[in-house]
Amino acid sequence: MTSSDAIVIGGGHNGLVCAAMLAKSGRKVTVLEAAAETGGAARSEEFFAGFRVSSVAHVLNRLHPDVVSSLELEKQGLETLAGGGMPSVALSERGEPLILRGAYGEVLVGASASEQAAWQDLRAQLFRYAGILKPMLSRRPPDLNGMALGETLALGQVALALKRLGKEDMRDFLRIILMNVADLLDEQLEDDRLKGLLAFDATLGSHLGPRSPTSLLGLYYRLAGETGGLPGAQMVPKGGMGSVVAAIASAAGAAGVSIRTYTIVEKVLVENGRAVGVELASGEQLRAPTIVSAVNPATTFLDLVGPRELDTGFVRKVRHIRMKGDAAKLHLALDRPPEFLGVDAAGHRGRLVIAPSPNHVELAFNPSKYGEFSPEPVMEITLPSLADPSLAPDGACVLSAVVQYAPYALKEGWAKGKPKFQKAILAQLEKFAPGIGKTIRHAELLTPADIEARYRMPGGHWHHGELQADQMLMSRPVFGADGYDTPVAGLYLCGAGSHPGGGVSGAPGLNAARRIIAMKG
Amino acid sequence: MAKAATKTDTALAARLARQDHFRMLRLGTPFQPRIDALMQTSDWYDWAGYRAPHSVFDEELEYFAIRSQAALFDISPMVKYRVEGRDAESFLNRVTLRDVRKLRPGRVHYTAWCDDEGHVLDDGTLFRLGAQTFRLCSQERHLPWLLDSAIGYDVKIAEETEEIAGLALQGPTSFAVLREAGFAGVEKLKVFDLAEFPHDGGKVTISRTGFTGDLGYELFAPAKLALSLWDRLWKAGELRGIRAIGYAALNRARLEAGLIVANADFTTADHALRADRVRMPDEIGLGFMIDLEKGHFNGRRAIVEARAKGSMRHVLVGLEIEGNIPAEHAIVYHRKTREVGLVSAAIWSPTAKRNIALASLSRPYGDTVTDNLWVEIYAMRELKYERMMKRATIVPRPFVKLARRTANPPGDF
Amino acid sequence: MKNWDAIIIGGGHNGLVNACYLQRAGLDVLVLEKNDWVGGAAVSRSLAPGFLYSNCSYVCSLFRPEIMRDLELPRFGLQVIAYEGGAVFTQDGDYLANYRDHHAHRREFARFSARDAEAYDRYARDVTRQCRFIQPFLMRTAPDPTSLKPRDLGELIYLGKKFSGLGAAEMAQTLRFWTMSISEFLDEYFETDVIKANFSISGIIGTALGPMSPGTAYVLLHHYMGEVDGSVGAWGYARGGMGAVTKALAASFEASGGTIRAGAAVDQVLVGNGKATGVVLEGGEEVAGRLVVSNADVKRTFLKLVEEKELPDTFLRRVKNFKIRGSSGKVNIALDSLPEFPALPKDAPSIRGDLHFTDSVERMDRAYDDWKAGKWSADPFLDMMIPTTLDPTMAPPGKHFMSCFVQYCPPKVEGSDWTDADRDAFAETVVSQIADYSPGFRDRIVHMEVRTPRELEAEVGLTEGNIFQGELTFDQLLFNRPVPGYAQYRSPVDGLYICGSSAHPGGGVMGAPGRNAAVEILRDLKHSSKHMSPAHDVI
Repeated sequence: MTSSDAIVIGGGHNGLVCAAMLAKSGRKVTVLEAAAETGGAARSEEFFAGFRVSSVAHVLNRLHPDVVSSLELEKQGLETLAGGGMPSVALSERGEPLILRGAYGEVLVGASASEQAAWQDLRAQLFRYAGILKPMLSRRPPDLNGMALGETLALGQVALALKRLGKEDMRDFLRIILMNVADLLDEQLEDDRLKGLLAFDATLGSHLGPRSPTSLLGLYYRLAGETGGLPGAQMVPKGGMGSVVAAIASAAGAAGVSIRTYTIVEKVLVENGRAVGVELASGEQLRAPTIVSAVNPATTFLDLVGPRELDTGFVRKVRHIRMKGDAAKLHLALDRPPEFLGVDAAGHRGRLVIAPSPNHVELAFNPSKYGEFSPEPVMEITLPSLADPSLAPDGACVLSAVVQYAPYALKEGWAKGKPKFQKAILAQLEKFAPGIGKTIRHAELLTPADIEARYRMPGGHWHHGELQADQMLMSRPVFGADGYDTPVAGLYLCGAGSHPGGGVSGAPGLNAARRIIAMKG
Repeated sequence: MAKAATKTDTALAARLARQDHFRMLRLGTPFQPRIDALMQTSDWYDWAGYRAPHSVFDEELEYFAIRSQAALFDISPMVKYRVEGRDAESFLNRVTLRDVRKLRPGRVHYTAWCDDEGHVLDDGTLFRLGAQTFRLCSQERHLPWLLDSAIGYDVKIAEETEEIAGLALQGPTSFAVLREAGFAGVEKLKVFDLAEFPHDGGKVTISRTGFTGDLGYELFAPAKLALSLWDRLWKAGELRGIRAIGYAALNRARLEAGLIVANADFTTADHALRADRVRMPDEIGLGFMIDLEKGHFNGRRAIVEARAKGSMRHVLVGLEIEGNIPAEHAIVYHRKTREVGLVSAAIWSPTAKRNIALASLSRPYGDTVTDNLWVEIYAMRELKYERMMKRATIVPRPFVKLARRTANPPGDF
Repeated sequence: MKNWDAIIIGGGHNGLVNACYLQRAGLDVLVLEKNDWVGGAAVSRSLAPGFLYSNCSYVCSLFRPEIMRDLELPRFGLQVIAYEGGAVFTQDGDYLANYRDHHAHRREFARFSARDAEAYDRYARDVTRQCRFIQPFLMRTAPDPTSLKPRDLGELIYLGKKFSGLGAAEMAQTLRFWTMSISEFLDEYFETDVIKANFSISGIIGTALGPMSPGTAYVLLHHYMGEVDGSVGAWGYARGGMGAVTKALAASFEASGGTIRAGAAVDQVLVGNGKATGVVLEGGEEVAGRLVVSNADVKRTFLKLVEEKELPDTFLRRVKNFKIRGSSGKVNIALDSLPEFPALPKDAPSIRGDLHFTDSVERMDRAYDDWKAGKWSADPFLDMMIPTTLDPTMAPPGKHFMSCFVQYCPPKVEGSDWTDADRDAFAETVVSQIADYSPGFRDRIVHMEVRTPRELEAEVGLTEGNIFQGELTFDQLLFNRPVPGYAQYRSPVDGLYICGSSAHPGGGVMGAPGRNAAVEILRDLKHSSKHMSPAHDVI
């Protein structure tokens, strides 16, 4: 029995965006979510009695404006994104932090005059170049098979924008696009704190060090995001990431999407090469002409569809998607707000980054190549309960940190390694916020292996696959399943594993919905 | 360091024991002592890293041994994979073009397999040795492809080329030779049947198959039984004109039978450096194998799409060419002017008494346009090309069809 | 004062190739070489009695056959001796050899993995496809993507056509290939560590990258495009050492009427009204020339030889940003007998090829981590060979010359200049690695020359000791090499050209930059280049 026009597997933010868009186009859509609630890795959860935190993603910096407008998220209860000028603080052991105020450092506080000038030049250049690539975020990757008109236009747009840069700027763009971030920073900047922060931001969420060629792309990806119309701006939404997902879910609900939680999809049913429905863990079968998967592409193809309905070369490619995460998540329930050296009250409400220099980040990266964790990890910290006291009991504080590098496949195994890594993180924190250790009421460390298990994200990778040059555009997730449709007719992808990638942007979900509508799926 | 090998480390010991292979770049087959003893022409060639006879005593006479007597051809260098397990049938059904469910135990079929784009990776023969046991024989090597195809299947795949000796016994007296050798019940084998027979304390698998278009059999046995098997056949065949032959003679016979050879008559997808050299099954005359009803198989989507779009650009045809000069690697023309294809193999057929060839043509030539085809033959004669433009006619294959190949019971010549 | 038609600064192989082509076009050409000998980094030096050292570059295969033919190098004494292929020693007492014979190669791999043995065909096919795509660009001037000139547009269209000719799947694969690490690329084919290590070698030699760094898959191509008498990928020794290449070039040059002045170091390029007019030698002598071609790297040329005021700021900024960090050292050893490697069977041909001791990608990348920290690798990667196993002219009878290329070796040691003590400690690291696999090795050593980036810079003039005159990363390839806007061998100074490996297509004893620069110079002079045979076809 066909009960819906489309079934969306996975109620993370991309699944919900896609479902809502499809529903708005008049389709009857069902979202199937394995967990108790939707939101995937962008949920808010209680990790200790009275302490709540955004589960994996904790900073909003790239929710796509088309998503906000198409789904009218502000009407659905999303706090206004305007003025998302949360600062970034490059922490210093010596108590001399550097602060980037406004949208990604409109104002730089704590640096020398010459460094400020150099930064403004570099910042403008980075935004200019990221802007060239930005239109690609909300489009399908170029189709190498025959280049349809729309896609040629998109590429033409990029080429035109490039031309408009002027000759020398275009040359620099073409020179640096695949460069490593550390070299570029060394060319233009002096201050290790600033360079460390940028190096960290470029490599956050990927298996690259700042000296790895192509690592600059990570920074472009970040700067192509915007919040409240401001490129590069970031915020911690009130109520945590869960509130963003709640708004999307509410938009989906308003559009008529039905959401089933506690509903684990075991199989995508394929008949004569066509996806016709899903089978649930309960054995129940649901049929629909369009099946959309928001879950990891490898899970989708290897587990849900299964190799038997696919070609060997394709299976091979899917198995070669690199998706071993390096980012761990630390949640601390603290007796009281911590004090980071030299950071003022406003700074504490910002994004606090421990990445003293590009070299430090590189040294943290090195062991991860061999399945070992960083002895001196780098991290991005927020204290969300400062802005939203409802997240912690009175006077207490929540600390949420994304920590690198914690390789998914730790050689010694996470059972043995986790306590050691936690010790290394806390030692690092202690250096930048002396005394913090004594105020810890409870600590929860989610290694990539934990994230995999808890959020059903293979490799614990929030991009659902490394976001590196060779896994971008038409190679995302793999050639043959790029552009949201797949070798299996009627089956589409809409998750972070597809172009343009992860982060709470909703862009893959949005683009996928547009594709499905265009294909009359 | 560097002095590791402890006795417990058997994998290392096995590895160290095989270091010396560089001393002999061409391996002998399990039958090598017998072939060496018969070898008169010293005319060897490299077959997949083995020292194989191109001819043994006289190419012409060897060919006539196939057609008039019994010919022994060593096929041990053929690549062999053993596929076993609960899912062996469904695994092979997904890998190859034909419906393996229809292949009963004790039967053999000729098949092919494709990559995702529907381009042929190889052709070969699939032997169903049991309900869950198969042997796949092919020209090229495919272990990584087979292993990767096996993801999600309960199946074991092992390469067994060196362990298994293979021998083709072909020709009108081949059945008589086997009977004489004491393989009781071999007369029950119909074409593409196989059965096991006791031999020298072990077993030999005999199938009524071959690459000659003649009455013939193929025998597979563990390498250690190879020499006694050879001797048994040789002795039984003495009065039936048994001869050891090389590839040159076999190649003539296979061409008469209209059979194609991978990387001679078409380029396999794993070897093609140029994007336009690959071929879909329909483009090399293997379209008949494709079973779209059996469920998914590798390349199915691409094949269905190409058929629907009519995007396949080539067709493999059999040609009969006027005259008697072989047109090997000649260019095929339409109306003597437009280049439309290439001959991949050609001979004067001694049995058909015709000048035959296999050619790959660009559609619509060979497909809807079949008249007015010509080949331009460059025949090198005493350091001068004798050039001639000869009319070519598309004819059905095989060029030589022999009733004795399929006759039941097999003829006793 | 004589006014030369062209002055070439530096008699390295590219300088000499360039000089030869210009001289044969009818120009009156002078080559100025600072050392008392020519050859740059392709030399044979007699540093111990009776021994000839290929003391920088050590194998010959990338050298373009078109150039050998045009400049008649065989007639002037160049002989290339092909070798069979070497081996990687494993820590468990075995080794993995590379044989030219396809089936021996497969069976060797099968000792380690049946799967990997059969994976090689597809790997070779895919790499060959990439080589076939890129090879034609070696002998072409890179187009300027910002230019609307017909020639640049034409070249861009050529590139576009060649690319789209690959077909959609291959296009996507090519784009991936260019940005992948060699280690990730190999993971898609092979499962055995030593086999991956074996193929990783070509992805890292000469680079300041580890096998796990994105972009190293492309570097593999750079090393695979070698040809010895038409056999793609084969490597060989130049008889008499690598100096034989430049000796033949010098002889060819002089036979066609060219002039070489050795011991003549250039101090400055003279510029008048924005045009190069000659050079000043150390010591003050002025030499006039209508054009000046620099074989020195782009940093040395524009930051040391040309006055800053003659160069636009953007250009200078880009030259200063050019990455040229040295990553390798060289230990050249004279031996009184052939070293023994018990792991190798007595008659194994591998002893005559390239030998390695790094049997895993992880060890290679860890060696790279040391370099990033400004240290030489504690467990370095060695590309070691004994050319005297095939070329007895390089050592007295019964004795041998061993060349060890060593990665990684930083231009500075943790930020400080190299000291002699550092150098000796570095050499000890290398010798001890060899001695681990070759008992009695130390006792055979007669003489040893140790070359860190410091020595390479001081003697050969390679800035920071970088053997490719600049790193081979995307930001320094094709139209970005050496710097955007000046990737066509010209410079902001009229009449001043560059012809060394800093220019497209980069390093290795290939000769392509020297030849391509000659094409551009002759084009500017509106001079025929009929004496240059066309680049080989790739069909």
